[in-house]
Amino acid sequence: MSLELNKVAPAVGAESETKRSQPLLEANRISKTLGGKLILDDVSLSLDRGQRKILIGPSGGGKSTLLKCIHFLNPPDKGDVFLDGKSAKDMSQSNISAFRQEIGMIFQDFNLFDHLTAKDNVAIALRKVKKQPKAAARARAMEELDKVGLSDKAELYPAQLSGGQKQRVSIARAMAMEPKLMLLDEPTSALDPELIGEVLQVIADLAQGGMTMLMVTHQLDFVKHLTDEIIFMENGRIVEQGNPGVLLDAQSNSRTSLFCAKLTQLSSKKWTPGNFM
Amino acid sequence: MSIFDSSLISAAFWIAKGTGLTVALIVGAMFLGLIVGLPMAAIQVYGPRWARFLVMVYVWFFRGIPILVLLFLFYFGVFSPLEAWLTKFFGVRINLPFLASVTTLGLASGAYQSQIFRGAMLSLHMGQYEAALSLGFTRLGALVNIILPQALRIAIPAWANEYSILLKDSAIAYVLGTLEIMSRIKLMVATFHMHVPFYILAGFIYYFLTWLGIKALKKLEAKTRIPGLGSDGDAHFPEANEEIGTDERLEENPNAKPVPKPA
Ligand SMILES: Nc1ncnc2c1ncn2[C@@H]1O[C@H](COP(=O)(O)OP(=O)(O)OP(=O)(O)O)[C@@H](O)[C@H]1O
Ligand SMILES: [Mg+2]
Repeated sequence: MSLELNKVAPAVGAESETKRSQPLLEANRISKTLGGKLILDDVSLSLDRGQRKILIGPSGGGKSTLLKCIHFLNPPDKGDVFLDGKSAKDMSQSNISAFRQEIGMIFQDFNLFDHLTAKDNVAIALRKVKKQPKAAARARAMEELDKVGLSDKAELYPAQLSGGQKQRVSIARAMAMEPKLMLLDEPTSALDPELIGEVLQVIADLAQGGMTMLMVTHQLDFVKHLTDEIIFMENGRIVEQGNPGVLLDAQSNSRTSLFCAKLTQLSSKKWTPGNFM
Repeated sequence: MSIFDSSLISAAFWIAKGTGLTVALIVGAMFLGLIVGLPMAAIQVYGPRWARFLVMVYVWFFRGIPILVLLFLFYFGVFSPLEAWLTKFFGVRINLPFLASVTTLGLASGAYQSQIFRGAMLSLHMGQYEAALSLGFTRLGALVNIILPQALRIAIPAWANEYSILLKDSAIAYVLGTLEIMSRIKLMVATFHMHVPFYILAGFIYYFLTWLGIKALKKLEAKTRIPGLGSDGDAHFPEANEEIGTDERLEENPNAKPVPKPA
């Protein structure tokens, strides 16, 4: 499989020029304590429309927690999240649901609804949240499944799909809600190496379509070409952020490049970076 | 003895009517237990701490007190005064023994059913609930559309177990004068001065009702099985008949995996 990553559209879309002043998403000084431990310590980041950023860092650094705080699945203790300038902090439950609807989330272990076919996994939120009629929702679901190359698997249940197919269904499910941006938490790390490529291809397609993304991943070869910025997180703090070309340069001696060198070393037994693309 | 002809044929009819009453008692109590147990299970898995505490108090109340004591407690403590009140102000007559029995058995079953559904909900990955929230479902919407359809399926075998226990517990309702199987059998015994044949008959009727209910629930289980899961998949659903022998109500679904509580 060949991913032509260099052809990906320029990161900042044309439409964003009018609204330059206000980022699409802004996480402002987020702190979170879990189990008596400070997991996120005053973390801020922002995404402009069409921007793609990668979050990396050692295990337990708080990456997943940060995504859940941004999504208000796990509301932050301190700090706030702004989507299109709208604060999420003091929203009512129903407004929070509407807020979440505008942000797609992809999980490491897919979290498909086991009792529904691939098609209904994609259709159910259209029906129950967006109140679309059944037929319209299902037609829309088929479109989204087609985009991820799974129209022939629409009637299968999650337990009948491979990991890569499950993750593609979960991407279709999130995209059907027409989110303004996507949060992806290690979308390929639960997959066998031979299934990673098909999911990365779908993510590259999203990038090509100009989707705004914040992604946790250690798929570094993939990272470089798709992103505007790498954010390195450790112990609940952002320790480095910047241009991937700069941060990943072995000469730079950045924390990021040291971390990546270690990752490559560790994983080279299973696959050489890039051999799946 | 004027309420029945002392022929065995009409005795059989009379007992059949009692069987009908037992079935009504069980169906009513199972249903009430479901209505009470489901929300309590959801609270225990997804709810705030204070509400979880209240549910725990409820569950321990009904678990810690024998059903016989509960029956008298509700009969004299709640339903007798209630009947007196209703009769006085509205002239309404209620079937006091039946209502007291159904309510007591139902509320007690609710405590046990909450633990069945709690186990079933815990065996679902918390991730599916989060995924539903992330798509814009409200918490109630996620429960109703995503969690319940799966938890109910998973709970069927344990529910079959609860049915068989409740059915046998229902025999105790005769102490309140509910005219179900057991009280009618006792009257027959007194009338015909035959013990063993009538108790064999009672045993047979209970056995048959147990068999019928479990058979029906197994059918339901097979019908609602999710393709790829269950017998040919990775998740193991306990068979209904695996549990018939154990007269113990499951505290937790044996499939349950520990899942972190949402913050
Ligand atoms: N519900 C919780 N209660 C207590 N501690 C938690 C909870 N969830 C996460 N943690 C802790 O928070 C820290 C950060 O976890 P998090 O999952 O955000 O890290 P991560 O950077 O995503 O790591 P990984 O790369 O392994 O996914 C960990 O030390 C974890 O043990
Ligand atoms: Mg993580």
